[in-house]
Amino acid sequence: MRQDVIYTEELTKKFGDFVAVDHLSFNVQEGEIFGFLGANGAGKTTAMRMLCGLSHPTSGKGFVAGFDIFRQSEQVKKNIGYMSQKFSLYEDLKVWENLRFFGGIYGMKSNQIKEKTESLLLKLGFQNERNALVKSLPLGWKQKLAFSLSIFHEPKIVFLDEPTGGVDPVTRRQFWELIYDAADRGITVFVTTHYMDEAEYCDRLSIMVDGKIKALDSPTNLKSQYQAQNMDEVFQQLARKATRKDS
Amino acid sequence: MLIVLIMPIVQIILFGFAITTEVRNAKVAVFDPSCDIETQRIKQRIDASSYFTIAQNLTDYNQINDVFKKGKINIVVVFSKDFANNLLHTGDAAIQIVADGSEPNQASTQVGYLSQIFASYQQELLEQYHVPFRIVPNTKMLYNPQRKDAYNFVPGVMGIIMILICAMMTSIAIVREKELGTMEILLASPIKPIYIIFAKMIPYMVLSLVNLTTILLLSIFVLGVPPGNLFWLVIISILFIFLSLSLGLLISTLVSTQAAAMLSSAMGLLVPTLLLSGIIFPIESMPVILQDISVIVPARWYITAIRKLMIQGVDVQYVLKEFAILSIFAVILMTVSLKKFKIRLM
Repeated sequence: MRQDVIYTEELTKKFGDFVAVDHLSFNVQEGEIFGFLGANGAGKTTAMRMLCGLSHPTSGKGFVAGFDIFRQSEQVKKNIGYMSQKFSLYEDLKVWENLRFFGGIYGMKSNQIKEKTESLLLKLGFQNERNALVKSLPLGWKQKLAFSLSIFHEPKIVFLDEPTGGVDPVTRRQFWELIYDAADRGITVFVTTHYMDEAEYCDRLSIMVDGKIKALDSPTNLKSQYQAQNMDEVFQQLARKATRKDS
Repeated sequence: MLIVLIMPIVQIILFGFAITTEVRNAKVAVFDPSCDIETQRIKQRIDASSYFTIAQNLTDYNQINDVFKKGKINIVVVFSKDFANNLLHTGDAAIQIVADGSEPNQASTQVGYLSQIFASYQQELLEQYHVPFRIVPNTKMLYNPQRKDAYNFVPGVMGIIMILICAMMTSIAIVREKELGTMEILLASPIKPIYIIFAKMIPYMVLSLVNLTTILLLSIFVLGVPPGNLFWLVIISILFIFLSLSLGLLISTLVSTQAAAMLSSAMGLLVPTLLLSGIIFPIESMPVILQDISVIVPARWYITAIRKLMIQGVDVQYVLKEFAILSIFAVILMTVSLKKFKIRLM
């Protein structure tokens, strides 16, 4: 019986009268690649922010890596990685400086940071770019670097918020190789995306509509349930019923 | 959008009617050992003028220093003993004007107007009695005998630099991280938000201290401004730095782009400081409503204190009011800013 890395029960977030996230109850198992899908305004980002300890739930419970997201957000943060949509790296720092900084923040020891920096640069093929300023890197490389940074400290789970925006399909495919690699090492991957082809790469996925999860299963099961050829069609069927417009 | 339309109106009204380097209602203290008919008449003329109000009658010449240090009096007029007698019998009477050299521009203007009042009274006497009476004042510029202009602007420069570096730069630095998205990453990491805030503030605090040292060194050794009460000067500067850093933090919680941070700091801090803190335009000459607004401009209190500490060289007890006000401001601002920063996270 695999551990639940994420477990939520009636997780809710209200802004005044507006219910952004409506009684979410789901779980994500260790080592899974879990896709968190939904249209703009469906509540994905709000839900993810709560899971990362960035925002307090209005009601309900949530546990990430075994810790309560409301009462133990410190512990949660130590055990997760996070990659934002803007793949936020410090552009005017060098590649190795970014690694040292984030390693330090997550409590890694200096020699540990040095070792892992070497092996990471080797693996990504960045040895020549070690001293390059991040702003000089092409977009695809920044993306890979940002992802590698988010798992640098070997967290239990990594949250990826639309990580493949703006790059060509080949680069996206390469990026997903890195994700598979991480999952093989036992890191759970929680990823939100707009690209329906990427949805197929996930072990299981959920689709949010109007703040609620309307579907949660493996891509294969969803396709047969909705009698669709691909995830795109599944998504269309569900999203069409949405009452909430893009916020 | 509103700012763009309202700004010219506000500026015309401010500069046209309210803000002026003119002397208005300057507070005069008089030391009059004679108290005779001539001194009474002269005092009446002074009080009647729109430029001056007689605020205090001194009983001892030695009170003058004290009275300037308390900051309530702008200029002192001293009559000699047996003033009327001397005037009638020798045609010559001694009046001394003692001015506050810690604000040389103001002082010069006030001395000028007072001299005019004496001169026109002298003219009156001439026309009435056809005797050439002479009432020529002897002027003493306290704290600034050489009438150095530097005394004017050094405190002002100190205030402006602190606000610029600490408030504006800090707010821009914090907002930059928000804008670029790195702030989100930091917040999702185990770093406590207070450390993020410290990390942003400490470089600018250090820079400000370096700047403070530079300004003081240059002012003292190159411009010849006296160091005055150096210890308390530094203490109150540190307090003001802390206050400005809090202002920077507050602004950073209110805006989301660097451009907005810069604009808010410029419009909300720099301009009121330049116009209302007494650096360029004397506060006493402003209409009451602007004087009231100037009370909440922190730089006003800092610059007043610096003038007293540096140029008058007073002891700390004369600046306790400024210390208290700045401390209260600092505590309130820091508390509010920290709370707002935390709330934005949730």
